[in-house]
Amino acid sequence: MTADLAPGDVVAERTVDLTRESLVRYAGASGDFNPIHYRDDVAAAVGLPGVLAHGMLTMGLAVETIVPWLGDSGRILEYGVRFTRPVVVDPEEGAQLRIVAKVGTVDDDSARIDLTVTHNETTVLGKAQVRVRRA
Amino acid sequence: MSPVNPDLVGRTFPPTAPYLVGREKVREFARAVFADDAQHLDPEAARTLGYADVVAPPTFAMVVQDQTLQQLLAEPDSGIVLQNVLHAEQRFRYTRPIVAGDELTGTLSVTGVRAIGGNAMVTSEAEIRDAAGAHVVTATSVLVVGEGEQ
Repeated sequence: MTADLAPGDVVAERTVDLTRESLVRYAGASGDFNPIHYRDDVAAAVGLPGVLAHGMLTMGLAVETIVPWLGDSGRILEYGVRFTRPVVVDPEEGAQLRIVAKVGTVDDDSARIDLTVTHNETTVLGKAQVRVRRA
Repeated sequence: MSPVNPDLVGRTFPPTAPYLVGREKVREFARAVFADDAQHLDPEAARTLGYADVVAPPTFAMVVQDQTLQQLLAEPDSGIVLQNVLHAEQRFRYTRPIVAGDELTGTLSVTGVRAIGGNAMVTSEAEIRDAAGAHVVTATSVLVVGEGEQ
């Protein structure tokens, strides 16, 4: 499946709809109960445009896009991101994230997969790169 | 002046108390990050891939890393106040994935404190090992710490 990889190939993509419930669920699962992720009043008081998705939630759901393609998540050798833009999750509309995973570079043993994560046409993660074992 | 004590660089904290990774916790975390692949949920599917039990999603390591960062925040001379902290970068380097049944400890080292304007960028590495002492994953985070309200 990863035998013929060429830079630019799209290996996986998906759309994830986040709601406020998603944020509460992630808070409970991860233990990150920072109230900026579920309380509008606290978000406003610290000058944010609204309740934000946890950066680690965006990072976590982004990489899962490629797991079914990889078959074995143990093939992931390294994964890093920069949190460049906040994802505001509207209480009624939620927030839609689009993830596209493309081959960046390929060498003998591993490949670099570049993840592009967008919300409202804006990229929210910078340098979201996954190094994967090829076989 | 940087709000963060530059003497933190090079400081290493004691290993965290062992964290036992439970199967239901892995499933709960997997649902929370929209990870619906069977290896995260179904022990049989995980065994087919050669794992003893369900495989945690790649970013599950942050649950242990977070315990190490709590140590840093609790350090009385750090100058770091939680409300003024922004997560700027995150990286994981894996030897193997985390699997239900693992007993993990994290050891945090502060590797850099850099002043930028009135803020500081604090880089730290949490080395996560299993009960046998074997390396599982290293989690590196860059936090931007502001001065906040005085």
